[in-house]
Amino acid sequence: MSDLLSFLMSYETLRVIWWLFLGVLLIGFAIMDGFDLGVGALLPFVAKNDDERRVLLNTVGPTWEGNQVWFILGGGAIFAAFPLIYSAAFSGFFVALILVLFALILRPVGFDYRSKLPDPRWRALWDWCLFIGGFVPALVFGVAFGNLLQGVPFRYDDSLRVHYEGGFFGLLNPFGLLVGVVSLSLLVMHGAVFLRLKTVGELRERARRWHGLAALVFAASFVLAGIWLAFGIAGHRIVTFGGTAAASNPLAKQVVVEAGAWFANFRAAPLLWLIPAAALAAAAAAWRLAPRRPGFAFIASGSAVAATILTAAVAMFPFMMPSSLAPSHGLTVWDSTSSLLTLRWMFWMTLLFLPLIVLYTSWVFRVMRGPVTIEQVRGSDAHY
Amino acid sequence: MISDTVVELSRLQFAATALYHFLFVPLTLGLSFLLAIMESVYVMTGNEIYRQMTKFWGKLFGINFALGVATGITMEFQFGTNWSYYSQYVGDIFGTPLAIEGLMAFFLESTFVGLFFFGWERLSKVQHLTVTWLVALGSNFSALWILIANGWMQYPVGAEFNPETLRMELTSFAEVVFSPVAQVKFVHTVSAGYVTGACFVLGISAWYLLRGRHVAFAQRSFAIASAFGLAATLSVITLGDESGYELGHVQKVKLAAIEAMWETHPPPAPFTVVGFIDQQNMTTNHAIEIPWLMGLIATRSVTEPVTGLKDLAAEHEVRIRSGMQAYAALQQVRANPADVQARAKLVELQRDLGYGLLLKRRAPNVVDATDAQIAQTARDAIPPVAPLFWAFRIMVGCGVITLLTFVLALISASRRAIMRQRWLLKLAVITIPLPWIAAEMGWIVAELGRQPWTVAEVLPTWMSVSSLTVGDLIFSLTGFVLLYTALLVVEMYLMVKFARKGPSEPDAAPSHAIVIGADAPAEPAKA
Repeated sequence: MSDLLSFLMSYETLRVIWWLFLGVLLIGFAIMDGFDLGVGALLPFVAKNDDERRVLLNTVGPTWEGNQVWFILGGGAIFAAFPLIYSAAFSGFFVALILVLFALILRPVGFDYRSKLPDPRWRALWDWCLFIGGFVPALVFGVAFGNLLQGVPFRYDDSLRVHYEGGFFGLLNPFGLLVGVVSLSLLVMHGAVFLRLKTVGELRERARRWHGLAALVFAASFVLAGIWLAFGIAGHRIVTFGGTAAASNPLAKQVVVEAGAWFANFRAAPLLWLIPAAALAAAAAAWRLAPRRPGFAFIASGSAVAATILTAAVAMFPFMMPSSLAPSHGLTVWDSTSSLLTLRWMFWMTLLFLPLIVLYTSWVFRVMRGPVTIEQVRGSDAHY
Repeated sequence: MISDTVVELSRLQFAATALYHFLFVPLTLGLSFLLAIMESVYVMTGNEIYRQMTKFWGKLFGINFALGVATGITMEFQFGTNWSYYSQYVGDIFGTPLAIEGLMAFFLESTFVGLFFFGWERLSKVQHLTVTWLVALGSNFSALWILIANGWMQYPVGAEFNPETLRMELTSFAEVVFSPVAQVKFVHTVSAGYVTGACFVLGISAWYLLRGRHVAFAQRSFAIASAFGLAATLSVITLGDESGYELGHVQKVKLAAIEAMWETHPPPAPFTVVGFIDQQNMTTNHAIEIPWLMGLIATRSVTEPVTGLKDLAAEHEVRIRSGMQAYAALQQVRANPADVQARAKLVELQRDLGYGLLLKRRAPNVVDATDAQIAQTARDAIPPVAPLFWAFRIMVGCGVITLLTFVLALISASRRAIMRQRWLLKLAVITIPLPWIAAEMGWIVAELGRQPWTVAEVLPTWMSVSSLTVGDLIFSLTGFVLLYTALLVVEMYLMVKFARKGPSEPDAAPSHAIVIGADAPAEPAKA
């Protein structure tokens, strides 16, 4: 028992655990807030009149606020466990992140204020805001991942200050945009499945058509991005480094850039191929299950979301933020974490609170279960 | 080289986004508790009017909450976008309370706030009440962890510098959490939030009473708000933030700056009520002073001295010279990690390393700084005195008027005389904005008073910024200001509209009306 504990509490293990925790939080965000973003992006296409738009907003109305905290917590957890990544990524992707923040800021206000006044121009304005608030983050998160896979143009000086050489438009390269399409179609698919679960009649039928389209685009872009990554994009490989339990100093290693390096983990452990396969299989299962078992379809599309993120993370491991400008300065799980003591404290805190969060979130979803209809929305002043 | 313009614009952006955010947070803190109290009364008495109160004030709570959340998103990410060197240098400590805030508090608050609005028909009375209490609890826990993080910036404990990673690292989590500065800040700030919530309810209720609308509803709201508000105001004032100003050098500088104390007085020191600040010559002209008061407030004794700014600046110079040696030792350790002597020296002088970094702005190599540069840097380590002096006085002034309003309101409510004292109702309406002004001024005192540091004596503000361009900052700053201002206008419009409209259900039937003021006139025809 004490052996197990000392193994768990070693710097090396905790770094891997925190890599996993961060994955759990990002996946939690993509699953839970992902369908909210997807519904936002579908708002103008699935709903054709004010009543229908209100139904859509109210399918996520009682829960989007809690869902969004996955994003906030993700930010906080990166800050606490991977301060170097928090620092380098958010200042490096400055303009992109500010745009995402602007888009996300529109959402709380959009949800809450839209239906407070009857004026159609007022409502149309907020509908646009909610569409932007769903569409922009869903796209930009993928673009960011696409750029991580290509390496980000940053380097450190000898005081460990990070410098970035590349502007916002540099992020909008073809591969970055393709991964943006992957994330957008994935979250739209997930949102559409959620709508098939939470709506009835005409709305449900329109959600079905968007589900099909999004699933096809997702499958095609995911496969295409994989092929592109295999043949067109060089990965990074560590040649020498300070060790898995050394102090977090990103300047103490040698890295080479070579073709196919992002597939090294898959070559070393072929079972990992099950992860990208699961992404495609889960997306197909969601389509099959949606007509009769929409609840299971939602779980399946959530699994597709999880497997997609995991695919990218596993390909890059142990890299988390490779550098194209100075590859040896790239950030890995071994040299961008907090100190051992901080990782330990955060480990216990997460172990204590994350299950509680899952528990009470499930209870809230249970209380609010069942489809949302036009009659409900019209007859209540509690609804958005 | 770091551009001064980037530093100034980054500070401006942080100040703007934080001050906007802090327009909404205090009301959320206070109103969530008042909602929980109102709903508790409803569940205990079964009196429908308290449910109506919870729903009506809850609607206004929701309008405010949306913008609190919207402006809060920025805060979680802004350390990374605009203060990346800060994030990396102290993230090991500072990130922890922020992450725990998400895990323990913000999740709780946000998950249940949806049920607060949507759950009325789906939950039992007790279940819904529990949800409301969890929202209140979540928002208060949230404030706790944020203020632990902020308290650490003011008074960094439980951490030490690691030359391997070139950053501060955690040595004691308990010291960070139980930092006395953080705890005092927490009580002071949440109490200020309760005052804000109480003033809001009191003022709007008074406005209905002045117009003779929703009388039974408004009288009850007025009574609850006056009791809650008086207790909260007393807490803000007696547990004032100043009690945390004795700890740590930068807190002492802040205290002296707030009071424009240039010289160290023989104890007990006088309190300057007003005066003309002259920072250049380090003096205050035409000051009106109250003997003894300052010493009493700051040290709670008549024998301990309060150190003046001139002496504090002299201390800075000594620390800076020591910091230069610490910095030199750090360079030696970086060049040759096996250098035991340099390492020992760094350990010995590490608490002055921050003062060495303070020189970087004027002397990039630190070790070759001239006497003139050192003297100038020592003076730079005194924050701007005039804005602190006046912001503090405005804050205290608002607090005193608010206290007066609540004392009178509670006396009046308990004597059932509310309806006869129209002047008091008018006073309550006028008092509405004061807690907001006080809260914003309090933020300025706490954070401007910390300058030139982001983390007191550890990391200068000037070094903390990201490597951004002026163009980046013009884009983000303009965007935030335009977006937030537009949203604030919309929020105020909706708030006023729904406050004017009043409770949506018809006023309580006479059978419910256990009128507090028994001699209150019957409700006149609607205006």
